Amino acid sequence: MELDPLFLSRLQFAWLIAWHILMPALTVGLASFIALMEGLYFFTGREIYFRISAFWIKIFSVAFGIGVVSGIIMPFQFGTNWSRYSDVTANVLAPLFAYEGLTAFFLEAAFLGVLLFGRKLVPAWAHFFAALMVALGTLLSSFWILAANSWMQTPAGYRVVDGRFFPTDWLAIVFNPSFPYRFAHTVVGFYITTGFVVVAVAAYLLRRQAANAEARTMMSVTLWLLTLLVPSQILLGDLHGLNTLEHQPAKVAAMEANWETISGMPLVLFTLPDDATASNRFTVEVPKLGSLILTHSLDGTVKGLKDFPADQRPPVALPFFAFRAMVGIGILMLVVVASSWWLRWRGRLFDSPNFLRACLFMGPMGFLAVLAGWTTTEVGRQPWVVYGLLRTADAVSPSLTGEDVLISLVFYMATYLVIFPAGAWVMLRVVRKGPQSADGEDEDEPLVEGGRPSQPVTVELHRQGGA
Amino acid sequence: MDAVFSFVPIWAAILAAGIFFYVLLDGFDLGVGILYGFEPDVQSRNLVMNSIAPIWDGNETWLVLGGLALLAAFPLAFAIVVPALYFPVLVMLLALVFRGVAFEFRFRDAEHKTFWDHGFCYGSALAAFAQGVMLGSYIQGFRIEGREFVGSSFDFLTPFSLLTGLALVFGYALLGAGWLILKTEDDIQERARRHGRFALIGVLAGIGMVSLWTPLVSPEIANRWFSWPNIAILAPIPLATLLTACLIWRALGRDTHAGPFIGAVALFSLSYLGIAVSLWPFIVPHSFTLWEAASSASTQAFLLVGTLFLLPVILVYSGWSYWVFRGKVRHDIGYH
Repeated sequence: MELDPLFLSRLQFAWLIAWHILMPALTVGLASFIALMEGLYFFTGREIYFRISAFWIKIFSVAFGIGVVSGIIMPFQFGTNWSRYSDVTANVLAPLFAYEGLTAFFLEAAFLGVLLFGRKLVPAWAHFFAALMVALGTLLSSFWILAANSWMQTPAGYRVVDGRFFPTDWLAIVFNPSFPYRFAHTVVGFYITTGFVVVAVAAYLLRRQAANAEARTMMSVTLWLLTLLVPSQILLGDLHGLNTLEHQPAKVAAMEANWETISGMPLVLFTLPDDATASNRFTVEVPKLGSLILTHSLDGTVKGLKDFPADQRPPVALPFFAFRAMVGIGILMLVVVASSWWLRWRGRLFDSPNFLRACLFMGPMGFLAVLAGWTTTEVGRQPWVVYGLLRTADAVSPSLTGEDVLISLVFYMATYLVIFPAGAWVMLRVVRKGPQSADGEDEDEPLVEGGRPSQPVTVELHRQGGA
Repeated sequence: MDAVFSFVPIWAAILAAGIFFYVLLDGFDLGVGILYGFEPDVQSRNLVMNSIAPIWDGNETWLVLGGLALLAAFPLAFAIVVPALYFPVLVMLLALVFRGVAFEFRFRDAEHKTFWDHGFCYGSALAAFAQGVMLGSYIQGFRIEGREFVGSSFDFLTPFSLLTGLALVFGYALLGAGWLILKTEDDIQERARRHGRFALIGVLAGIGMVSLWTPLVSPEIANRWFSWPNIAILAPIPLATLLTACLIWRALGRDTHAGPFIGAVALFSLSYLGIAVSLWPFIVPHSFTLWEAASSASTQAFLLVGTLFLLPVILVYSGWSYWVFRGKVRHDIGYH
């Protein structure tokens, strides 16, 4: 069998980015959450915020470390496996990647050291400032990388000379048509993912020990935040979808498994799309609802896949199911948040066993939604790597053989199957210990060592204050 | 593209400085990782790791910046050199993964401490070796047609590139020993001084062999160094290298804490200068000059505006984070 370097390179990129994106999905949100807790501690002086922050800093540092090393791999993929892409797009895209490094990576790296290890060495305001800078760094990083990704989806501000892209308008390149929507939708998605992780951890701690003051604060604060974030995300998702319909109609047609251009498009709830025959089987649908969602009118016309030449259509099944998974998880999230309003009103937010169980179940759901959304948008823009202009098949490094890529893929797979589960296990272990053992520095030593307290034992007092 | 004023020299300087910063900074912390394997007990290993725990991440960021600056300023070089180094890049990246996560995992996953200890030490050594191999294959040059690398992914593998790989392992170990002498005391410092001398011998042998071998594999480079009047102008570089090596040897035996590190930095500067002299003005050796591989003037200008503002800021706050953790490593700061 002939090994295809293109297919294997795509598989390798998908493998690397899918694992990598899980880390920013957590660290972008956690960095802001930690900065919030550090701010509350700085301004109110209440130790409970300090312990919550110290607890999450431990988890953050593990996730961030894995995010860094798996992130360093990404830009090198452009060279090793996608050198034609690099040659063709670098004039336009490379400055965006470089600005990510200049504005974000150094900021995060320099201030992370102070955040993790510097509490004893710098004044309190400087430590809070470090937390703010790390959070800012994660957001700047998202800004630039999503600007670059959005340009590949909706290119603007360029001209093509000798088959390569050249910049004509930098503002149009950075703020290309899909960027504001993608940026907002992704960052809010990351925040929500983190929010449900925090809520799940709080639920775990409350199930184990109902009077856990830190867990109560975490859960209460985070559910307020999610009350704001989840409905906003549904709105942002709708806007992003309309933007995609305008600029990438083939992607939306794939997401909806819609082959024919029709008015009053039904919403397909389930089907088995078949790319070869350009048709669906076993379809369950709601009449006219698809048009209502996409055009905000019952009889709106939506383009079908048959309007596009067969060699310019994305595969349908993957975006179709991934999109449904993402939306389904979004609806579950809304249900959980809405239940929290009811329980809070009844004063039972922390002691409803079913709600705590639901929160535990929702813990990893944000990650699945992020992966599903990413799959939708990335598979949905195929066969293009720069939409409508550069085919993925024309972007791969010409010197690679299938064997080369198979070797690297096997090594990347083996490495990630060690690193990521180990990381998850290490983070879960921090969770098991809980926030009440957190004392600010990365120390595992007990508060009382050899009969002498290594620092004043004040846990009991704080517990009353934080309830 | 047809601008009268060219940004190419500025970008060449920024790129050269960025890569040199990377080599020095990650060089010493990879070197610390290499020497870590020779520390006999858990306490000293903890201290050795904590001497770089707060700063390694920032150091490694220069690698990303170097790669991205190359992509942005000289994309043709990136698109030819990186695929040509497919396997050394793979090995380097995977080695960096293992040594990078070892900081957190070793401390929080005590049951597998030995595994992560090995990941840290061998990861550091392997990353250093892979970078040296890249340097060697870069000096050798690549098979190119048009704008593409057309050789095989195994072209990199030659005795010469293996030698440069080994030389860089010794070089980073020397930098690491310098750092440990600076940051530690007593028996760890004593060991670092001993290891430093061992590494110095290795790196000198490496530099010597590479310097003799390079003109042999490349007639262009031989001509650059040995033609008149170049030979007179360039002779100070190898002479200064020898002098620096003697000074490092003495500093390793004396009671100076900063001397060996400064000496190692000087040694790397001279070697770097030597390589630059050999390859100038090519960015893809013997095929494309800096000017031929440059991105559009608009691209270089757009990135330069931000870079000239951000790079000093980065140096200031990175310097501050070094300043916060200044002095000898304390037992109560970092991982325990």
